[in-house]
Amino acid sequence: MLRLENCRIMNGDYTVEADLEIASGACVAVIGPSGAGKSTLVEAIAGFLPVTRGRVLWNGADLTRQPPGKRPVAMLFQDGNLFPHLTVAQNVGLGLHANLRLNQLEWDRVGAALARVGLGGMGGRKPAALSGGQQSRVALARVLVQGRDILLLDEPFAALGPALKAEMLDLVAELARESGATVLMVSHDPNDARRIADQVVLVAEGRAHPPEPSAELLDNPPPALKAYLG
Amino acid sequence: MAGRAQPVSAFPGISAALLVAALILGTLGAVAYRAEAGTGFAASDWAALRFTLTQASLSALLSVGLAIPVARALARRRFPGRSLLIALLGAPFILPVIVAILGLLAVFGRAGWLSQGLIFLGLEPVQIYGLHGVVLAHVFFNLPLATRLILQGWQEIPAERFRLAAQLDAGPLAMWRLLEGPMLRRVAPGALTVVFAICLSSFAVALTLGGGPRATTIELAIYQAFRFDFDLGRAALLSGMQLVLTGAAALVALRVSAGEGFGAGLDRVVRRWDGQSALARGLDGFWIVLSAAFLLLPLAAIVLAGLPGLMGLKGTVWQAAGNSILVATLSTVILLALALPMAAAVAAGRNGLTELSGILGLAASPLVIGTGLFILIYPVADPFALALPVTALVNAVMALPFAMRILVPRAREVLGRYGRLSLSLDMQGWAFVRRVYLPRMRAQTGFAAGLAAALSMGDLGVVALFADPDFATLPLQIYRLMGAYRMEAAAGAALLLLMLSMGAFWILDRGGRWHAEA
Repeated sequence: MLRLENCRIMNGDYTVEADLEIASGACVAVIGPSGAGKSTLVEAIAGFLPVTRGRVLWNGADLTRQPPGKRPVAMLFQDGNLFPHLTVAQNVGLGLHANLRLNQLEWDRVGAALARVGLGGMGGRKPAALSGGQQSRVALARVLVQGRDILLLDEPFAALGPALKAEMLDLVAELARESGATVLMVSHDPNDARRIADQVVLVAEGRAHPPEPSAELLDNPPPALKAYLG
Repeated sequence: MAGRAQPVSAFPGISAALLVAALILGTLGAVAYRAEAGTGFAASDWAALRFTLTQASLSALLSVGLAIPVARALARRRFPGRSLLIALLGAPFILPVIVAILGLLAVFGRAGWLSQGLIFLGLEPVQIYGLHGVVLAHVFFNLPLATRLILQGWQEIPAERFRLAAQLDAGPLAMWRLLEGPMLRRVAPGALTVVFAICLSSFAVALTLGGGPRATTIELAIYQAFRFDFDLGRAALLSGMQLVLTGAAALVALRVSAGEGFGAGLDRVVRRWDGQSALARGLDGFWIVLSAAFLLLPLAAIVLAGLPGLMGLKGTVWQAAGNSILVATLSTVILLALALPMAAAVAAGRNGLTELSGILGLAASPLVIGTGLFILIYPVADPFALALPVTALVNAVMALPFAMRILVPRAREVLGRYGRLSLSLDMQGWAFVRRVYLPRMRAQTGFAAGLAAALSMGDLGVVALFADPDFATLPLQIYRLMGAYRMEAAAGAALLLLMLSMGAFWILDRGGRWHAEA
C-alpha cells in the first residue's frame, strides 16, 4: 500500500497537500485542471521534489528521505524517456544496471522484455530509427526489467495519436496486471481514466483528494471536477 | 528549482572553479606582495596608461562605427557567399595574432601592397608602426566581432515589425526611428564595451606594431619591466594598474552586453522591403566588398608570402611547431578537465560559477598571471624550465570563459532533459557522466576543445615572459624571425602556424560532431 501521510509538497512557490492511500496493485488515474499539481504529486512520490511535511510510505517503509533511484518506483516522463545515443537494448539494459555492465543472462532478460513489448530483434537500433509508438514500447520494456513495485506515468503518451495512445495504455494495464505493479498515471483526458484506471485521484486547488472509483466519480463529478470536465 | 535532486555532483565543478580562482587570486596576491608601493608610478607608466586607454577607445569606436553599416548591409542583402562571409566573421577569433599582423604588414606595411600602389601613383608610402598600426590591427580583429554582435541585434528585430514598417511605407529615416535606432541604442553600447575591454589587455599587437615610449600598452610595459629590467616590483605595480582597469571594464561589459555573438542562425535571411533604392543597394554593396576585402586580403597575403618560405623552413621552426602542438594539446586537456565539471555544476544549479568565471576570465590578464606565477615559482624552481606547462595552464584559463559559454547551455539541456530519468534509473555520478553527460556533450566539447587548441596554438603572451632563448613556441619563433628581419622565413612559419591552428580547430570540432546523433 502506498500511503501519503499528511504530506505537503513544495514545487517552487506553490504547494500541494496530500493525505491518501492507494492499494497495492491498483491502477489510479491522477486528473485535474492543468497547473493544479498533478505532476507535482507524482514527482514527489518519485523523489524529485521535496516533501516538507508528512511522510511517503510503501508497505510501511518510509520513502520520504530516499533518493529517487533507491525507491521502488519506475517513472516515465512526457518526453526524453530514451537516450538517443544508446541503442534500444542499452536503453532497456539501463533498467538493470545504470552503468550497463550486464552479464549474458541479463542481456537475455533485455531481449525477452523487448520481445514482450513487440520489439523482438530491434535491440541493435538507435531510438531515432523507431516510430513514436515503438519508442514508447522501448521505455515500457525498460520499466518491465526494472521490476519496481510502483509505476508512475506523467503523460508519456501525450504526443501519440488517439489510437496509438489507447494501444499503449492497454499494454501498460496488461504489463501491470502481470507484474502486480501499482500504477499512477497523470492524465487530463477522462477517457484514459475510464479506459484502464479503476480509481481516480482528483488534484485541484492545491489538494490531492483520496482515490475514488473511476466510473462513479466521473459520472457524478463533485463541483471542482465538474468545473474541469465542463 | 532549489532542492531538486541532480544525477551529477556539483563538487568536482566547484573544486575546479576554486582552483581557477586560487590561480588567478593567488598570482594576484603574489603580485601585490611584490609591488613596491613606495616608488609610485613613473611618468612612463602614466604614458602607458594613457596609450592603453587611447588605443582601446579608438579601436572600439572604429570597430563598432564600421560594423554598423556592414551589419546593416549583411542584414538586408542576399547574395552568393553571404553565409560564407558571415561564417568567416568568426575566423579572426581563432586566427593567431602574429599571423594576422604579418598579413596586415604585407598589405598595409611600408613595403606592402597599399604603399606600392601609392608609390606607383607618386605618393608617399604609409607607415604602420605606432598608434594607427595598433588600432588597425585591433579593428581587423574586432570589426568582425562587432559586426556579429550588431548583426544579431538586427536579426532579433521580429519579422512582423519589418512587415508593419513596409505597410506604413516607412522610408529610410522612418526605418531608423522605428526600428534601427532603438535596436542600436540597445546593442551598440555592449559591443563598444566588449571591444574596449578586449583591447585593454592587448599585448601581442602592441609588442609587434607598437613599442617605444609613445606606443606602449600596460601589458607591454609589464613585459618590458620583466624582460629588460627584471624589475619584479615594477612589473607587479603595473600588473595592479592593469587589473584595476580590466576588472572595471569587465564589470561594465558584463552589465551592458546582452548577447554574446556566438549565436547560431546569424545567416538567417529576414524578408525586407526597405532599402531598395539604387543608392542604398550601392552603399550596401560598397560596405560588403570593403569589409570582405579588409578581412580577406591580409589572409591572402599570408598565404602568398608564406608559400615560398614554407619549403625552406629551418629545424628550429619545426621544433617550435612541435612545442606549440604540445602546449596546445596540454592546454586543451586542462581546459576540458576544468570546464566540463564546471558546466555540469552550473547546470546543476550553481549559477554563481558562470558569473565568476566570466568576470575572472575577462579581467584576468595573461601577463599579470604570468608575472604572479613567476614570482611564486622563482624561489622554488627555475621558471624558464616550466615555460611549456605554465603557458598551457594560462592559455587554458584564458579560454575558460569561452568554453563555458559553449558548454553551459548544452549541459543545462542535458540535465533538464535526462536528469530525472537518470535519477529514477539510479544512474548517478560516474555512470551518468560516462553514459549520458559526456556522450550528449560531445559536439559542444569538440567545439570548445577546437577553440582552446587554436587559441593556445596561436598565443603569444605569457610564453614571451617565460621562454629562454633555447625555447620557443611557433608564434614566439615567428616574432624572433621578424625581429631579425627574416621576413620570408617568418611568413613561411606564419603560414605553418595558420594551418596548425585552423587544422587543430577543424579536427576537434569535426571529431565532436562525427557520428553524433541529434
